[in-house]
This record gives sequence, C-alpha cells and structure tokens, in this order.
Amino acid sequence: MNWLAAIQLALKALWRNKMRALLTALGVIIGVAAVIAMVAIGEGAQQRIAKELESMGSQNLSIRSGTVTRGGVRTGAGTTTTLTFADAEALRDVPGIVAVAPSVRTSAQVRYRGANWGTAIEGITPEALTVRNWPLADGEVFTTRDVALATPVCLVGQSVARELFGLSRPVGEMLVFKGIACRVSGVLVAKGATAWGSDQDDIIFAPLTTVQRKLLGITYIHGIEVQTSGRNAAFAVVEEIKKLLRQRHRLREDQEDDFRVYNRAELAQSAETNAKVFSWLLGSIASVSLLVGGIGIMNIMLVSVTERTREIGIRMALGARRRDILWQFLLESLILSAAGGVVGVLAGTGGAELLTKFSDFSVVVTFWSILLAFGASAAVGVFFGLHPARKASRLRPIQALRYE
Amino acid sequence: MSDEVIRMENVQKDYVLDGVRVRALRGVNLCVRKNDFVAIMGPSGSGKSTLMNIIGCLDIPDTGRFWLNGKDVTRMTPDDLAYLRNHDLGFVFQNFNLLPRTSALENVETPLIYSGIKKAQRRARARELLERVGLSDRMDHVPSQLSGGQQQRVALARALVNHPALLLADEPTGNLDTATSQEILHLLSELNQKEDVTIVMITHEPDVAARAKRQLVLRDGVIEE
Repeated sequence: MNWLAAIQLALKALWRNKMRALLTALGVIIGVAAVIAMVAIGEGAQQRIAKELESMGSQNLSIRSGTVTRGGVRTGAGTTTTLTFADAEALRDVPGIVAVAPSVRTSAQVRYRGANWGTAIEGITPEALTVRNWPLADGEVFTTRDVALATPVCLVGQSVARELFGLSRPVGEMLVFKGIACRVSGVLVAKGATAWGSDQDDIIFAPLTTVQRKLLGITYIHGIEVQTSGRNAAFAVVEEIKKLLRQRHRLREDQEDDFRVYNRAELAQSAETNAKVFSWLLGSIASVSLLVGGIGIMNIMLVSVTERTREIGIRMALGARRRDILWQFLLESLILSAAGGVVGVLAGTGGAELLTKFSDFSVVVTFWSILLAFGASAAVGVFFGLHPARKASRLRPIQALRYE
Repeated sequence: MSDEVIRMENVQKDYVLDGVRVRALRGVNLCVRKNDFVAIMGPSGSGKSTLMNIIGCLDIPDTGRFWLNGKDVTRMTPDDLAYLRNHDLGFVFQNFNLLPRTSALENVETPLIYSGIKKAQRRARARELLERVGLSDRMDHVPSQLSGGQQQRVALARALVNHPALLLADEPTGNLDTATSQEILHLLSELNQKEDVTIVMITHEPDVAARAKRQLVLRDGVIEE
C-alpha cells in the first residue's frame, strides 16, 4: 500500500466523522495552545527579569560599611567609619574588577525658587554612572576635577527634576540645599522603580567630596560599588575584596568584618532560577492538558476500531496486511494530533500576541516552544494511537468479518 | 498439477466453542481445476463455513495439506495469506460485505490499493469491472443507495478486479430474491464460461448448486461426491 493512498484513506475516514474528529482534535489544540501560551508567559517573565537585572548591574558587587563591636555593643550595619576613598582606589588592583565607585549618601530638603522637595543626595565619582549603567538625558556629568575640588555641581534624577522644575529645563539652574547653592549640570534618564518599589529617580548626584565635606563633614565613605568583568568574576572577587579590606583596616583574626559585601550576581542568579522554575511550572501544567488531549485521541480511536471491526475484516479479506491496518489507524490519530498541533500553535501564538497587546504581560513565543509543543502533539498521536491501531491490526479476519 | 487451482489432502480443522472441541473438518480431499465451477453443498453444521475460511485463506488447516494455485498455504504467515487473498482470491459474501459509506467505485478499487497499484490505473480497472457487471451508471453510489442485487454485483466486480485465480462465493444468493438470484447466478455462469473464471460456490440450496458444473456435498466434515 503506498503512502498517498494510505493518507487519503485516513483523511476520508476522518471526514466521515467530521464532528468527532474536530472534537478529538480540539483536545490537542487546547493542549498545544496552552503549552505555547504558558511557556511564552514564562519566557516573557524571564526576559523581563534578565533585563531588569542587567539595568541593575548584575555583575556588580556593593560594599557597605558594617558594624563594629565596642565594649560588647554592636553598633549595627553602616555605622563604621573605616571605609575610605583610599580603600576604593586600592580595590582597582584586584583582578576581575573593572570599575570602582565610592559613594556617600544623605538626604536634604532641596529648594529651587519657590519650590522645595526632600530627596536623597548621593556623593559619587563620574565612574559611578558607568558602573550603574545610568546615562544622562540632558547636560553633562561633572568631572573628576570637580570631585577633586569639591565643586558645588549636581545631577538630578527625573523625579527631582519634575518636582522642582516642572516643565522647565533644569540644566544651568541653581539648587539650594543645606545652605549650599549648587549648579545643575545634567539630568539623568528615567530609571523607574526598583523591583522592590523604591523610586530610583528621586535622587541628586553630587561629587563625592562635595557631599562629604560640605554636607556631612566626614572623611569616610558609606559604600563602594564594584563592577566586575562578569557574573563569574563577581563570585570570585568577593573573597579577594574581603582579604584586602581586612588587611587595610588592620583587623585581627578574631575581629569580625567592619564592612559587608553584597553580591548582586547572587541575587540575579536566584531571580533567574526562580523565573526558570516558574516557566517550567507553567509549561508542565499546560502539558497535562496535552496529555488529556492524547487520552481523548486514544478513547476515540478505540471506539472507532470497535465500530469498524467489520470494515477491518473486509479489508483483511481483500488483502490488507496487518501493517496496512495498523498504519490506517495510526495515520488517523497522527493526522488528528498533527492537525491539532498546527491549529494549537496558531491559537497559542495568537493568544500570546493578544495577551501582550491587551495586558502588561510581556510574552515571548520562542521557536523551541513551538517545536516542542508540535513535537509533543505528534508524539501524543503516535503514543496514544498505537494501542488502538495494534488492537485493530491484531484482529483475526474471520472474527472481524462475522462481527455484528 | 499446473492447472489445479485447489488441491486439498486430508485437511482437518478443530474449533473450540464454549470449551467444547468441535471437529469441523475431518479429512477433506478436494481438487478444483482451472475453469471449473464447483458447488459445495451441505446442511448447516456440516463445516461449510470452516471449509470456506480455509479455501479463502482466512484460516489455516490444523493438519493436512492445501495448495492454492500451486502455492502451499499450510505454513504461511498472516502476511503471506493476506498476499494470497489479495492476488489469487476474490470473495463474494452472502451479506455483500461492501465498505459502508464508500462509493461503488472505491469499493471495487480497494483490493488494488493493497496491491500498491497507482490511482489512475485503479480507477480505470474498477470502471471496467463495474461496466462488466452492468453498473456503469451507479459507480458513485454508496452501498446504502444500491439494491441487494446491485450490491452483490459491486461485490462481484470487486472480487474480480485483481484477476484472481479463484472466485469464492459464499451463499451469494442467500440474501437476494429469486429474480435477482437468477441474475447473479447467470452472471457467475457467464464469467465461468466466457471468461474462464474458476468458481467455488458454497450454498445449501440444490437449485442454486445445479447451476454449477460440479456438485459436492459436505457432510459431517467430509466431502462426498
């Protein structure tokens, strides 16, 4: 029996029971569409998280001043005054570290003409903007010379710009905080809220020394942001940093660290793992419906074999071999599941598109999910079609012919 | 030997029915030569159906030897038997056994599908046979749209489509009225006489059997001349 004839035969048999075929295929359609849509949602979430992590600087480490114990009293994180600009500069020599950005942070009430706004003020070096991957929307960044001279200049975040300047251009205007008049040299691009909901754009950046001397009157720093050459390097340099800083702070063996190192890469990794688990979870829930669709195929094919026992007997009497009968039924279930797979892929991608259009979900249909879902539906067709088809092919011609 | 379409030597066949062993055939000897037209008669329970199944290669004997068209059927695999049914045999059943909801043309084509013949050739051959049995205007009708006589003609066309060595008719007129029976029997005789088709017909009606060249009686699992 040639393939063309076999396929025609299968199609004809399905066509004779159009409604039944359609309903059976519907099980597969829903299964495949669900797999594709769910995986697309998972993939969208993954990509979104990856993007967020990248903007956060996932290969960065941050070092904060830590706690110190004096006479049995532990002072709490961020209370030591031992972290210095020189420490930051020393870190540059550690292999794997690409950039170093020391910072101090305070808050102040900021005035511009009639308006005022309470915000965070962070003292940084120009390098910090590179490390944080945060470009300017307008104006210019202050220079290292400004840092050396403690010049009263600053950069404003989008939220600060909006609150104080409204629609007018901030660059070149003078802000006043803590009695210092400070020229705005640039405006940062909007960065949005962090994953935990704080507004990153509600900030003013000034040269490190300006904040240290004129606002706080201190010589130490609060933290150092370290950019490494990659996520693997981030894990590797943590120990190096600890060793170097302990040495520089002259800490004895029995003393605890007076600083803390936070590894963002760690956070990034767990966030990504979570997203992946989420994705798999969605996919596997959807796979259950594909499985149910497959069982639907098997059910209908078993009914069909019983109904057509006599037809099978006639075909055998006319010279159909066992494998001809096997293929006839297997092809029917394969065509059902493959057709269901194609329609399901279309429905799934269409559904995903609609979801992106009408909701906040970022949905990404990947080629491999289409391939996987279609392959799975074909496999379902073979797997669940094989038993009924074998049953049909094993019938004895005499009994099949006499079947009423 | 070369013109023997059927040669059976001491064929025996048992059946287990509801736990009871039934001797359906107890040593059948039979020889049918090319262009013969044999009627096998017998009361019900005489083993007719069993003999028919064995001649039709739907079943194999327990003991004894059976050659169909010179080929030893006794130790054939199911696939070999299917090949024989397809190439060397044509069946006509009492209840027609046409494929339901399938046109007359497609019914007649079916054996050729299993011979791997291309569609155009299948169509042509099937048309030719349907014309031969006088159904050229009914080719696209499905069985439910055809009368019993017409259905049996379709079955006859289907049986002959692959040039079988043997036409095996099992009570071919059992479900037909007298007039239609006569038509079918006439067609069978005509095929036997004009086209050298070898026919074995199983029946329990003496007047039907009388249309054959030779009558045999099967009684208690043995053939009596």
